[in-house]
This record gives sequence, C-alpha cells and structure tokens, in this order.
Amino acid sequence: MESEEEVLYNESEEEEEDEDDSGNESSGGDDDDGLSVALLDSEPTVSANMSSKDKMDFDEDFPFEVLTTEQIMQHMQDCIKEVNNVVQLPPTITRILLNHFKWDKEKLYERYYDGDRGPLFSEAHIIDPAEAYNNQQIKKLSYSHEMETCIICCRDFPASMLTGLACGHRFCKDCWNHYLTTKIMEEGMGNKISCAAHACDILVDDQTVMNLITDNKVKLRYQHLITNSFVECNRLLRWCPKPECSHSIKVQYLDFQPVKCTCGTIFCFLCGENWHEPVKCDLLKLWRKKCDDDSETSNWIAANTKECPQCNVTIEKDGGCNHMICKNQNCKADFCWQCLGPWEPHGTSWYSCNRYDEHEAKAARDAQERSRAALQRYLFYCNRYMNHMQSLKFEHKLYASIKEKMEEMQQHNMSWIEVQFLKKAVDVLCLCRETLMYTYVFAYYLVKNNQSIIFEDNQKDLESATETLSEYLERDITKDNIVDIKQKVQDKYRYCDSRRKVLLQHVHEGYDKDLWEYSVKL
Amino acid sequence: MASMQKRLQRELKSIQTEPPPGVSINQNSVGSSLTQWIVDMEGASGTLYEGEKFQLQFKFSSKYPFDSPEVTFIGPNIPIHPHVYSNGHICLSILTEDWSPALSVQSVCLSIVSMLSSCTEKKRPPDNSLYVKTCSKNPKKTKWWYHDEKV
Ligand SMILES: [Zn+2]
Ligand SMILES: [Zn+2]
Ligand SMILES: [Zn+2]
Ligand SMILES: [Zn+2]
Repeated sequence: MESEEEVLYNESEEEEEDEDDSGNESSGGDDDDGLSVALLDSEPTVSANMSSKDKMDFDEDFPFEVLTTEQIMQHMQDCIKEVNNVVQLPPTITRILLNHFKWDKEKLYERYYDGDRGPLFSEAHIIDPAEAYNNQQIKKLSYSHEMETCIICCRDFPASMLTGLACGHRFCKDCWNHYLTTKIMEEGMGNKISCAAHACDILVDDQTVMNLITDNKVKLRYQHLITNSFVECNRLLRWCPKPECSHSIKVQYLDFQPVKCTCGTIFCFLCGENWHEPVKCDLLKLWRKKCDDDSETSNWIAANTKECPQCNVTIEKDGGCNHMICKNQNCKADFCWQCLGPWEPHGTSWYSCNRYDEHEAKAARDAQERSRAALQRYLFYCNRYMNHMQSLKFEHKLYASIKEKMEEMQQHNMSWIEVQFLKKAVDVLCLCRETLMYTYVFAYYLVKNNQSIIFEDNQKDLESATETLSEYLERDITKDNIVDIKQKVQDKYRYCDSRRKVLLQHVHEGYDKDLWEYSVKL
Repeated sequence: MASMQKRLQRELKSIQTEPPPGVSINQNSVGSSLTQWIVDMEGASGTLYEGEKFQLQFKFSSKYPFDSPEVTFIGPNIPIHPHVYSNGHICLSILTEDWSPALSVQSVCLSIVSMLSSCTEKKRPPDNSLYVKTCSKNPKKTKWWYHDEKV
C-alpha cells in the first residue's frame, strides 16, 4: 500500500498488454474485446443499407461521443488526474471519493474544503491518508520482528509478511488473494469490496487489489467492474443498451435527446430505451409498468387476433397495413384493423379512427361502469400502440420485399437512382410508425385541452397518411404501374415526413411553453 | 485446498479445548474430511431456552473460509424463535451477506447463542409456513431480507 501511487494505473495497463502477449489463457479477455470492437465498427455499413434509423435527425446542439472500453478507462483516469491536481490524494483514494459523489467533482470539492474531512472519509468508507500514514509507520516499527498469525488461514508469518488496509486489519497475501478473487469472480463486486475483517467497512482500493491479486484474468475482470461502476455512476455517460456492445456514450449535458452508438443502436440518453419521441421517459416508464401488469396484459394479448366484423372469421394480422380485406372469398369485407369500422371513410377527411370518444365514456354512471370505461380507454390506446409496434416488427419483411421489387425494376429499364424512392418511402414509413406508436402513450396520459385537440388532429393526419403510404408499399406497386405510382408514393412520403415533423414540433413547443397537462402526477 | 484443512483442524481443536459456554462439538459427527460437523448447544440459564438442547449442523464447502459455512438447526428440537424457521434455517446476516473469512465456527456459535438469549417471545417468523414450503434445501440459496436485528 505504501508503494508509488502512480504505479497503479500504469501497472494495470502493462498487465493488460502482458495478457495480449501471453496467448491462450487470456484469449477470452482482451482479445475478445478487440474482436468485438472490430465487428461493431463494420456493422453500421451493413445495416445502413436497409434501416430507417439512418434517417433520424440529430440535434446539432447536442453533441455526443461514442467511447470504447479503453477510452472509458482513459476518461476515468483523466477525471481522477484532474481532481488530483486540486486535492492531492493518492489516485486510488480519489477514485473511491469520486465514486462516492457519483463522479460529480464539484460536489467533492465542496465537501472536501468544507472544513471537517473526518466525516467525509468515513462516509466514503476510507481512512484519511494523512492519518493512515502515521498508523502504518507505528505498526511497521512494532511488528517487524515478531511472528504473527493470519486469522483466516491460521498459519504463522513474520509480521512483515502480513498486509492490510489503513484500518489495521492484517492477513496473509494468500488469504487476501483468495478473498478478493472470490468477491470479484463469484460475487461480481468491484467497487464495494470491504476489508476481510468482520464488520469492517473500509473499502479496498484499486492499488491493493492490483498488488494482491495474482491471476491476470481476475485483474482484468476487476478493471471491467470498476469501469462499469464509473459509467453507471456518471450522469454524463451511458452504456449502449445493445447486449453485446461494449461502447458507452458521453454527453456534455443532460437532455431529452437521441444518441447513436457506432453499432447502429439509437436510444434515449436519459433512460436508455429505444428513442421514444414525443413521449418523455417518465410517462413511458409508467406506461410500460401498466402494460406489464398481468390483468391488463392478458386483455391486449386477446386483442392480437380479431374477427372479421362482417363474417366473423378469425383474422391474424400479417403485415403492417391496417386496411384489412377479409380473405373469406364470400365476404371480402374492407375494414380497419384498429377500429373494425368500414375502411372507406378512413381515406377521407372525416377519418376519426384515432380518437376515443371521451364524451361517451363520461356517460358511464356508476363506479363499475367508470372502471370499465377506464379499462376500455386504456385498451383503446394500448391497442393502437401495440398495432404500430406490431407493424414495425414487419419492417424487415417489407424492406426485403421492396428490395426485391427494386431489383426487378432495374431489370426493366429503370436505373438504380430511379428506384431509390422506394427505400426512402419505407424509411419514412417506419419512422412515422415509431412516432405514432409513442403518440398513443402520450395521448393516453394527456388531459383534454385546446392543445391536446390540435395534437390529436396532427396524430390523425399522420396516421391516415401513414396508412395510405403503407398500403401503396405493401399492395399497390407492380412493375407495370411503377411509373404512375412513383409520383403518388413520393408525394405521400414527403407528406408523411412533413406531418411527422409538424406533430413533433408542436409537442416540443408544448413542452417549452408548459402546455401539456397529464392525468397522472409525475 | 490445503489451507482449508489447516484452518478447520485449528478450529476443531479450539472448539474442543475451549468451547464457548453451552456449546460442545459432537465428536462422532466429524468425518475425516472435516467437511461436516454437528455442534450440540444448550439453552443458557435465565433465558427462554433454559434446559433445552439443540443441534447445529455446519457444512463447509471447499472454498471455506472465503465461502460461508451452511449452518442449520437439525434434530428433534428446533428452537422456536422469530429468526429460526421450523425446517432449521436461520435468518442471520453473518451466515450470508455479512460473512467474513475472519469469522469462525466459534464466532457463529456465539452469535447464535446470543440471538437465542436475547429473545423475549418464543414464536416462529411470520412467513414461516410459506417459506418452509417454498425454500431451497440450502439456506444459502435464500435471498434473505433480514428481520429486525434487535429481536
Ligand atoms: Zn492467511
Ligand atoms: Zn479492516
Ligand atoms: Zn452500441
Ligand atoms: Zn427516454
């Protein structure tokens, strides 16, 4: 513990390099990382061919960086160094202190210069290095020539062979190694390993861990755990939510904004979920919780298959379009999957499939009817939310079939450039469906006011246009009518795109001016 | 693991020669590998358990003392106590989360004796019947939420 503090981080870096060289044993660790980074780097170009995500617009005023595991480590060391220039503590102690303050250095400075350092150090479960130094000196003098028993393994050692933290509890190096290895490998602890003595809460610092552990695999795992707690505690960092991705995103300030990892994943920086504009994280979280509730879940599962409103044949949806045509040859009813009403009015201006009739619901008189109405209201929004989500799941299918059509057309005298509008149209369609999906979560919690009516009008326009576009793409295009339909498709996707922007813009304005009222307290 | 044998031998010797009051090792129960012991325990005088006899079983894994021992009451008399389930499982934090390799059979015995001695009302944990029906055989697999330590 009394060796050069600077050595810790440098030494650990060397260890990692050693491991790279040592071959077999270590190939599960560092090499793997290198490989996955390489794979991930190449991935965006693969998925870029066919994904709506690339069309997402990012706010230029919200810069963010994608960091690799190595860059995260470096960033952590930079943070420690910066603070150390001010507080002048051993780096490993600084890391524990910073971790205690969730890597908010201002808070650390505030407490550190507040006057009394004692409570600060005991709260962070470390011993003030200024005091620790004195203790160690005394101990070294008094113990150096005696034999001492390690109370864990019960073996006797010259006192100088036992070691411990500044709390003064001493054990042999073997026992420390076993103890730390068990904590790290079996309990997955990194940041919060305390002294091996019973009821001692003093935390083991990184340098002690690095000095006492003999197995490089364990050291590497420890570093991963420390890096992980650095990212998890740091408000300006977030891991990419894709399970096999090891990157993290670094932002400069917190805001409700989408970020994009080099692996292609786009997510909400604030909550880590898929980007969910226009609804904000807290409402979405409430919604998800509600959807997870069993009694309600079973209700919407039942809603995934429906009966034809005309002939009662059971129908399962197999495409994204909500315009259903019953396959029963004797029926062929045209209807809307969402409201089961006839399809015909949906294409016209009095399309009102998106709006639940609040007036009717209010007519419910007694409590039972009210609760039924609440459930119906929920099911109404949930159904539409699930519908768009379902449709999005067919995204890949649609991309594949459009790709086929594009290739076919190129064999019939159309150039590559001329058929690109189809891909663009699917991009827009998917973006619109995603936005629509989250508009129903937003709408569910919205209290009716003038602005919410405008919002629902925007939602209606976007939904109606999106359904038309979907229908063009899924059903109407053949190689014979391509020239005629091209103009229609282009007009429609441009219209969809602009309606989506209008809707989002309106919601943002509402956020800025505080115009939205919610039915729940946040 | 050699270090574990040495440590268990030491522990066995010390509990034989200077056992804590009311505690004695059941010699027949200790096999040559030392991985399983039974400790006889007597309710301390002046407590609710005065005159009662209990048996505690210790099982040590190959990772002992870095891994905590599995400790349960066995035999015909399981103490009726708010932290002891009728199947012998004990809700005591040093047996799982707060275990430290610096603890020992002696210190576990002492903790259990003091847990029994401080009891003011003989009763089973409130969730006893549900727990006994659903728990794993190994109490270490239970994710305990610790009952109020003061009881
Ligand atoms: Zn030892
Ligand atoms: Zn200690
Ligand atoms: Zn990623
Ligand atoms: Zn979010």
